[in-house]
Amino acid sequence: MSILVIAEHDNSSLKGATLNTVTAATGLNGNITLLIAGSNISSVIDEAKKVSGISNIISCDDELYKNFLAEDLSSLVVSISNSYSYILAPATTFGKNLLPRISAKLDVQQISDIISIESEDTFKRPIYAGSCIATVKSNDSIKLITVRSTAFDAAPMDNSNVSVESLDAVNALNISEFVSEEIAKSDRPELTAANIVISGGRGMQSGENFHLLDSIADKLGAAVGASRAAVDAGFVPNDYQVGQTGKIVAPDLYIAVGISGAIQHLAGMKDSKVIVAINKDEDAPIFQVADYGLVSDLFDALPELEAKL
Amino acid sequence: MKILVPLKRVVDYNVKVRPLPDNSNVDLNNAKMSVNPFCEIALEEAVRIKEAGNAEEVIAVTVGKTESQEQLRTALALGADRAILIETDSILEPLAISKVLTKVVEQEAPDLIILGKQAIDGDNNQTGQMLASMLNYPQATNASEVRFDGDKVNVTREIDGGLQTLQLNKPAIITTDLRLNEPRYASLPNIMKAKKKELTIINVSDLGVDINPRTELLSVELPPSRDAGIIVETVDELVEKLKNEAKVIT
Repeated sequence: MSILVIAEHDNSSLKGATLNTVTAATGLNGNITLLIAGSNISSVIDEAKKVSGISNIISCDDELYKNFLAEDLSSLVVSISNSYSYILAPATTFGKNLLPRISAKLDVQQISDIISIESEDTFKRPIYAGSCIATVKSNDSIKLITVRSTAFDAAPMDNSNVSVESLDAVNALNISEFVSEEIAKSDRPELTAANIVISGGRGMQSGENFHLLDSIADKLGAAVGASRAAVDAGFVPNDYQVGQTGKIVAPDLYIAVGISGAIQHLAGMKDSKVIVAINKDEDAPIFQVADYGLVSDLFDALPELEAKL
Repeated sequence: MKILVPLKRVVDYNVKVRPLPDNSNVDLNNAKMSVNPFCEIALEEAVRIKEAGNAEEVIAVTVGKTESQEQLRTALALGADRAILIETDSILEPLAISKVLTKVVEQEAPDLIILGKQAIDGDNNQTGQMLASMLNYPQATNASEVRFDGDKVNVTREIDGGLQTLQLNKPAIITTDLRLNEPRYASLPNIMKAKKKELTIINVSDLGVDINPRTELLSVELPPSRDAGIIVETVDELVEKLKNEAKVIT
């Protein structure tokens, strides 16, 4: 059986979630091919050749795929799909946007956001914001799967035996067009890749107060996140959001500040190794999942914490 | 312009969902049901587009049990002009729902289809993209802004790390993210008026679509629980524990 993993990258380097997806693929039985489609992707290919667990790379270097539009990328994947029993992509906004489009063309009921592989056709996945874990068996002949990156380790970079073949682009659909992109620039690590995350909730009271988290994040080399309540209140942009409808993180240390701990937020962070909660409400549900709880006004605790780190 | 808004009846987001005692499925007995929150945002956007004079008609559609009429009445109270229920007693997977919706699109020929990015029950995040694929329509998922530009529609999307803007030909499919708008509440007069609006019921078997499930739900369990932690009294104690006990900072 052959497995196709669709690489997520930015035309210069691989995105971390690709490596977790490769590790998930190694839990299935078969040769793993990595598809890299983009524009001017030679540095991505060089990097990908080192990814442990893959046997070959199919590259498609064409202006058409520069912005990874799902319409054209799905046509490309469908054109090579009959060689594979599994097609995997990371459960990021990239993979979530793309894979259902391929699944529909192949008449397959995709399995989204798996957290474990039980057998060749059976997978576990969270439902209802992670309140429950479903075990699901796929009866489709090809399985299309998105992988929750926090549930699988990143594949090591020690491969030296990967063949590369290139593929021609398929015809452009010309029904959608890229206009622009604004990627937030930050010196801090990316939320989903950080070893330490410090997040603020409604208790932060304003966007300005997030600077209290920023200065601690700078000392710890941490990423800054937020609950949906803080995003809804307009304190911070949506790409800060950790939770059911935002990002899923599982860092070594997660510090929740002024976050009550709604199930929708817990869904995005409860697999963190160590959880710290700082909240002045001792009855806040966040304390039920915290390894260390500090019942304190965050406006007292944060400056003191910063001073003592 | 005509806008179609497919929406889903789901358990209310405040309900804490647990497995049934035999772990065969989730326990939804007597649970409060609502319109999926992202579908409310989709409907709100459609109604605003109509109110801005860019559309003539907003049609709400759902695929589900007869009780789903409640959610369609809510949609009518929130500003949809008419509603369609594709009735079935089966729980349909996103692939089957998308196939059913293609039949509605064939009948109604909307210029724009707006859906929620995911339903908060299955958390699949598939239906909009699948429907776009089946229809060969362009898609913009996770929308945070929708603007019209002549014949085309410009959509800003929430992507990992920032925002992306796409321009789509019509007919197009948009799925909504959280920040697109803040849905209104239904007023009492509008709830009364909604009772008189047209709600068409079509049995799914009349559409000739293969809705057989492709997956089997083998079991539903609670996630592993975390061991109870401790309450520290001071910031000093917290820092000491993180350094020496948890060893996650230096």
